[in-house]
Amino acid sequence: MIDNNISAMCKPAPGEAGKTGDWRDMRPVIDHTKCTPYVKNKPACFLCWLYCPEGVIRDTIPVEIDLDYCKGCGICAEECPMGAIAMVAEGKQDG
Amino acid sequence: MDNVQILTGNQAAALGAKLCQVQVVSAYPITPQTSLTEVLSHYIEGGELQAEYVRVESEHSAMTVCIAASTAGARVFTSTSSHGLLYMHEQLHWAAGSRLPIVMCCINRGVGAPWSIFNDQQDSIAQRDTGWIQIYCRDNQEIIDTVIQAYRIAEAVYVPVMVCYDGFVLSHTTMPVRIPDERDVRAFLPSYQPHTILNSQEPRNINPVIFPWRRMDAEGCLRDGYMELRYKLQKALEEAKPVIGKACSDYTAIFGRVHEGLFWRYRLDDADALLIGMGSLATEATMAVDRLREQGVKAGVLGVRLYRPFPREEIKNCIGQRKALLIFEKDISYGYEGALCSDVKAALYGSEVKAPVHNFICGLGGRDVKAEELADAVKTSLKMIGAGNLKQQTIWLNCRTEKSNDGQSF
Ligand code: SF4
Ligand code: SF4
Repeated sequence: MIDNNISAMCKPAPGEAGKTGDWRDMRPVIDHTKCTPYVKNKPACFLCWLYCPEGVIRDTIPVEIDLDYCKGCGICAEECPMGAIAMVAEGKQDG
Repeated sequence: MDNVQILTGNQAAALGAKLCQVQVVSAYPITPQTSLTEVLSHYIEGGELQAEYVRVESEHSAMTVCIAASTAGARVFTSTSSHGLLYMHEQLHWAAGSRLPIVMCCINRGVGAPWSIFNDQQDSIAQRDTGWIQIYCRDNQEIIDTVIQAYRIAEAVYVPVMVCYDGFVLSHTTMPVRIPDERDVRAFLPSYQPHTILNSQEPRNINPVIFPWRRMDAEGCLRDGYMELRYKLQKALEEAKPVIGKACSDYTAIFGRVHEGLFWRYRLDDADALLIGMGSLATEATMAVDRLREQGVKAGVLGVRLYRPFPREEIKNCIGQRKALLIFEKDISYGYEGALCSDVKAALYGSEVKAPVHNFICGLGGRDVKAEELADAVKTSLKMIGAGNLKQQTIWLNCRTEKSNDGQSF
């Protein structure tokens, strides 16, 4: 019988490397009142979804960020043309 | 009837790989390995070997291709030397950590700087701690036989095997070689069963980020952490020794040739002075022993074949109550001593063995080592030991700076 832990492997799935969000020290907070899809109630913009290197932003209305896996890089905040995303230090109150 | 051909070490290695019906070859040419890969590409291009030859721009990529192909279930082969091996270093760890039964020939060559294309064993010794099994060959017959055995060993324990042999001394020197029969090789070597079958319906991440601790994966299956996986690699190497012994005895049963699995012995039953070495240097030592015996010195050779896993117990038992250990090697762990010397001494720690040890660093960068010189060195050493100087010496044989060997002439 071959040990199924003979080398490191897993089924590709969210969380297979643990909850990587706990590496984060800044977290993105969206002000939906400035976010285009929310304001227009139309699937539009979604630049944050496009740029997020972790693929943890959902292109929904309203836009959602999965903080279990967001690493806090701040790219979404940098790219948002509406300035709708603020990076807030972990442990501080939103906004 | 025996099929005997006159072959270089490189031709013997290539023919060995062909007889094992390797399916993927990826290698980058480097002296003195080049003629090995030339023969293999010739076999493949001419349709004699049904395999894919993947051309790459570097040795790092060659090993990467081997890792990918082995993961996908192919029997793979590669070979390199010296700087090529060093360039592969990172991927050597990946191959062993992924537990892939890759077989590679390392055609031993000195390492720069300064630039050298000539033989010593610094290249493979420097890869000692990558998790590969290392076997050193003494002649061309042993090269072809060891390549075939290496697949059987690697595929049984899922650890890659490095078959090491001396550049030019063996790689470019012709000798008569008995060619194993293809059907016999098939009987000896079952087909490769990868430890993991890749399947597009059930995709897997291979070697994802591993945290220090064990954890449940997304399917609720408890996965090992880094320490557990590394411990298993160590265990696999330790437990490979009987597998290697069995591969050698089964080989003897089919092909008739004896290559003692872990190390070989030459005239050592009643030997007081033990010459210990690896590869062609140990072969040279057998000729030194013949001379010494003619002069009444009871000497014998212990030729280390398996360097990793190191046959600690077996070597200790073989050394027993000998009076002097003369360890010859073509490598050095800078700032300490020859690597083989350290390993042999470590095997003896805590035992009854008290024999004095003389370590000879020789043949670096292709400096010629003659049997006569080995015999003379042994006599000088035995004289020192006889005079009561039992301190360990590390002697640079035939090294001619004013300061070498504290003015003693070796
Ligand atoms: S980039 Fe800014 S405006 Fe565009 S969807 Fe994302 S949060 Fe909303
Ligand atoms: S871009 Fe960076 S900060 Fe924004 S959601 Fe993705 S990971 Fe988090």
